[in-house]
Amino acid sequence: MAHSVDEVLAGLAEIVEEVAGIPASSVLMEKSFTDDLDVDSLSMVEVVVAAEEKFGCKIPDDDVKNLVTVGDAVNYIVKAAH
Amino acid sequence: MSAPTHRKVVVTGLGAFTPLGGDVASTWAALLAGKSGVRTLTHDWTETIPVHFAAETAVDPSEVMDRVEARKLDRAEQFALIAAREAWKDAGAPEIHTERLGVVIASGIGGILSLIGSYDVYLEKGARRVSPHTVPMLMPNGPAAAVGLELKAQAGVHTPVSACASGSEGLGYAMEMIRSGRADVVVAGGTEAGVHPLPMAGFAAMMALSTRNDAPEKASRPYDKDRDGFVLGEGAGVVVLESEEFAKARGARIYAELAGQGITSDGYHIAAPDPEGRGAARAMKLALVDGGVAASEVVHLNAHATSTPAGDIAESLAIRGALGADTDHVAVSATKSMTGHLLGGAGAIESVFTILALHHRIAPPTINIENFDDDIKLDVVRDQPRALPEGSIAALNNSFGFGGHNVALVFRSV
Repeated sequence: MAHSVDEVLAGLAEIVEEVAGIPASSVLMEKSFTDDLDVDSLSMVEVVVAAEEKFGCKIPDDDVKNLVTVGDAVNYIVKAAH
Repeated sequence: MSAPTHRKVVVTGLGAFTPLGGDVASTWAALLAGKSGVRTLTHDWTETIPVHFAAETAVDPSEVMDRVEARKLDRAEQFALIAAREAWKDAGAPEIHTERLGVVIASGIGGILSLIGSYDVYLEKGARRVSPHTVPMLMPNGPAAAVGLELKAQAGVHTPVSACASGSEGLGYAMEMIRSGRADVVVAGGTEAGVHPLPMAGFAAMMALSTRNDAPEKASRPYDKDRDGFVLGEGAGVVVLESEEFAKARGARIYAELAGQGITSDGYHIAAPDPEGRGAARAMKLALVDGGVAASEVVHLNAHATSTPAGDIAESLAIRGALGADTDHVAVSATKSMTGHLLGGAGAIESVFTILALHHRIAPPTINIENFDDDIKLDVVRDQPRALPEGSIAALNNSFGFGGHNVALVFRSV
């Protein structure tokens, strides 16, 4: 199922708020999960698994290390869920 | 008594999160008022097990802990962290080099709610959905690690595990860290969160739990003829221990001295106490020797007294065996009559009570004794608190655990 960039960003922002307590409105494309959003390596796994479920896609562990910013993840999911 | 050759260890901070209250003040007030923290459970599984009641914490951790922080912590870790924060603040948040700061938080079972909850997720949704926080939440040293991280403690973070003696062993271990010079300040305690049908069914299968479903608040009744087992409790107790020199140098308020400990093992049975309480008696004697405390100085004892038929008798024999005729001037309190049995948290919260008893010179009551068991040859403080003498006094806290673990701690007034 296809998702727009805006849909994925909004969905990912909800997940980050749930996991890390960062307000969804602060979860922007250029933000770094680790440096800006208090998402450590363990919490990143939670974000990834929740995103997989929400958007019906697979994000292999080998690809997770490349998802540094929110934008990286949004673009990955838009492609993967296409 | 000869002067101890090691550094003196004193108590400068207290924290509690218990079935009687969300902090030390509310817990202590309820304890002196003789209130029971035991209630009928309202979980959807309550009716599936033979015992329908327990002593859950008076305050839910979610009321005092941030949601995002709480979701990465097992309930036992939440209890420990809340109590540790109170104790640390109570001690005046000592300024200390973190390499001289240690943490010892004991647990009997560890993060069993997280263990079972994660297994349920695995069965229902598969491995991919098992949380990456599962292992830090279920490991028994998780509570100690959580407190250690918060305080950035670097002198060592430890978790003794000896079933229901764990909490007292935690304080004893912390005392040794200070005596041996490894640390100047150690945050020490015990925690447990096991109100779940699996451990409760297991304890029930051992015939260890009271089944007084029609009157839960009267179910924990140490020394009563009709006692029929212990009542499961949950919660945490934490203290701040310091070397006396460090505490005095910073002008800290000192509640009491942790003077000594005695640790023995029964070598008798996995769950039943030695009927004559020999290992327990030896633990108390060793504690007095270790602390340089004469039996004549002991005026109060917080008994392990879980309200099991065999355990209460064995401990009473042990006390008399250890203290002899001096037993007659010891005001014995069985506070599990009010808190239920906090398992790995028991020795810690009961140490908090013993310290407060010396500090305020008042022994808390034992409730629910309707027909005193005449086989108990102890002076039990019943229903109302009792004043303790002026001058230099000492008190014992006993903790025993499945596996035959015996720990006695002796505290002295300051």
